[in-house]
Amino acid sequence: MLRALSLEPERCTGCLQCEMACSFENDGVFNPAKSRIKVFAFHEEGRFAPYTCTQCDEAWCMKACPVDAIVINAETGSKDVLDSVCVGCKVCTIACPFGTINYNSSTGKVIKCDLCGGDPHCAKACPTGAITYVDADSTGMERMRAWAQNRPEAGPNYITPVEKDIQTYQRP
Amino acid sequence: MDHIVIGAGPAGVVAVEQLRKHDPNGGIVLIGDEPEPPYSRMAIPYYLVKRIDEAGTHLRKDPGHYGALGIEVLRDRVSSIDTANQEIMLDAGSSRRYDRLLIAAGASPITPPISGVDLPGVYNCWTLEDARSIIKLMEPGNSVVLVGAGFIGCIILEALAASGVKLTVVETENRMVPRMMNDVSGGMIKDWCSNKGVNVLTSTRVNAIEAAHPLLVRFDNGEEVAADLVITATGVAPNTAFLEGSGIDVDAGIVVNEFLETSVPNVYAAGDCARGKDFSTGGYSVQAIQPTAVEHGMLTARNMVHGHSQGNRGQVNMNVLDTLGLISSSFGMWMGVDGGDSVERIDRDRFRYVNLQFEDDRIVGASALGMTDHVGVLRGMIQSKTRLGDWKEKLQDDPTRVMEAYLANTQVLG
Repeated sequence: MLRALSLEPERCTGCLQCEMACSFENDGVFNPAKSRIKVFAFHEEGRFAPYTCTQCDEAWCMKACPVDAIVINAETGSKDVLDSVCVGCKVCTIACPFGTINYNSSTGKVIKCDLCGGDPHCAKACPTGAITYVDADSTGMERMRAWAQNRPEAGPNYITPVEKDIQTYQRP
Repeated sequence: MDHIVIGAGPAGVVAVEQLRKHDPNGGIVLIGDEPEPPYSRMAIPYYLVKRIDEAGTHLRKDPGHYGALGIEVLRDRVSSIDTANQEIMLDAGSSRRYDRLLIAAGASPITPPISGVDLPGVYNCWTLEDARSIIKLMEPGNSVVLVGAGFIGCIILEALAASGVKLTVVETENRMVPRMMNDVSGGMIKDWCSNKGVNVLTSTRVNAIEAAHPLLVRFDNGEEVAADLVITATGVAPNTAFLEGSGIDVDAGIVVNEFLETSVPNVYAAGDCARGKDFSTGGYSVQAIQPTAVEHGMLTARNMVHGHSQGNRGQVNMNVLDTLGLISSSFGMWMGVDGGDSVERIDRDRFRYVNLQFEDDRIVGASALGMTDHVGVLRGMIQSKTRLGDWKEKLQDDPTRVMEAYLANTQVLG
């Protein structure tokens, strides 16, 4: 069964250990700027929201790529950037409607979450359970409801950005 | 059904793949007139700087890709279309019948009306063949004049400057990428490039190119520059000449309806040659961008096989550009809308710029310099018409918080 990252902002304390783990796992440095997962701060409300690629079914990044440098990982379902093929044109960075594929100026290529090949280090590093790696099916409905409630006018149209259902924001 | 797709660029290639998905047993022919496997023009600048080889420009890396999908790739040119009999005529003399036809013939560079543009050493930079000629003249120290600083000119500029040539860029408008950036940000890109040693001449025209050591380019301000290589990048126009007499309406691009069908039944158009629907304006125009070509390819394939179940809401016009390390992007109505609000932040010293355009409490357009993280969310918020509520005001205070605005309005934050 496919698994997915479950992100629960209400559990996030903004400690950024996920960003440290991600950048260290992927780039060998402790540098939040290189992290594929980002924690967004809402200081006026004392809230934090971890966010990263939902591995959406539409795969806007993959479809927009002019050189076929983004492929689906058959094991995890993640959409992975092939560094050897990416030319750094950045079209995917404007095509992704969730803003979760970014240009890395030190490599001249783009970076995005690849679920660490099925063992996401952000989830392992999170001390509060705000990021967990769970069975995809166990999380769908609440997430879809939350999304639908926030998009009152969105009708059925396949070009409207829709996050993958299985990444859910559960209330504890 | 027998499907014919004219044009082997991104729109055509995506279309044939999707046609195979929707019609597992249909006949599919992909016709391209260039002597290469289907490739990406977007990748040419990276070929010029030798970051990739020719194969790196190919749209699909596996040479057996099309054959495995049962797609016939034909290297030929369509000379005319007999829409009454649903047949295309090929330069080779043969003809082919279709049930559904997709025209994804792309665009071609406009040759500027300048005396001397036909001299040896003056090139467009459009095809892989152009690139092969240009790469030979991109020796460090050579003098190169690039005519046109639009989007295509600027992506070539990056490659030329990186190769160590002495580069002069000439643009008739008062700034760089005038159809993507306003006076302020387009001017900042000019300053950035000038600081990096590129001779940027804006509000300047080329009067003539003359044969001399080996070329001499004369500008309308009286100056002249000796050049080893001149590249013209003064815009492109849809490839529609072969449609004359076909009954397919053409008006600054192939006219299509919301199903991307042309004025003739069973004939569709996609990509740079099609005057498709613009998401922001609701009007029809040629966008000539990669993501639109791909979306057109997907939509037409579905409509060709399954009929017209779903209309096209339109594509968001957008671009991203890297000029010598300064990254710019633009989305939708970046120039603003009547009765809308906007916010703009300018930091000339650090080459940072952001501009958001609102209509009511929604973002309808944006442009930015030096901002690369999470920019795609601007496309997402424009296309899903995300209501910002009180986040509009927060963005007017700090327009860099677009990702926070998106999350606050679409996620359960607890």
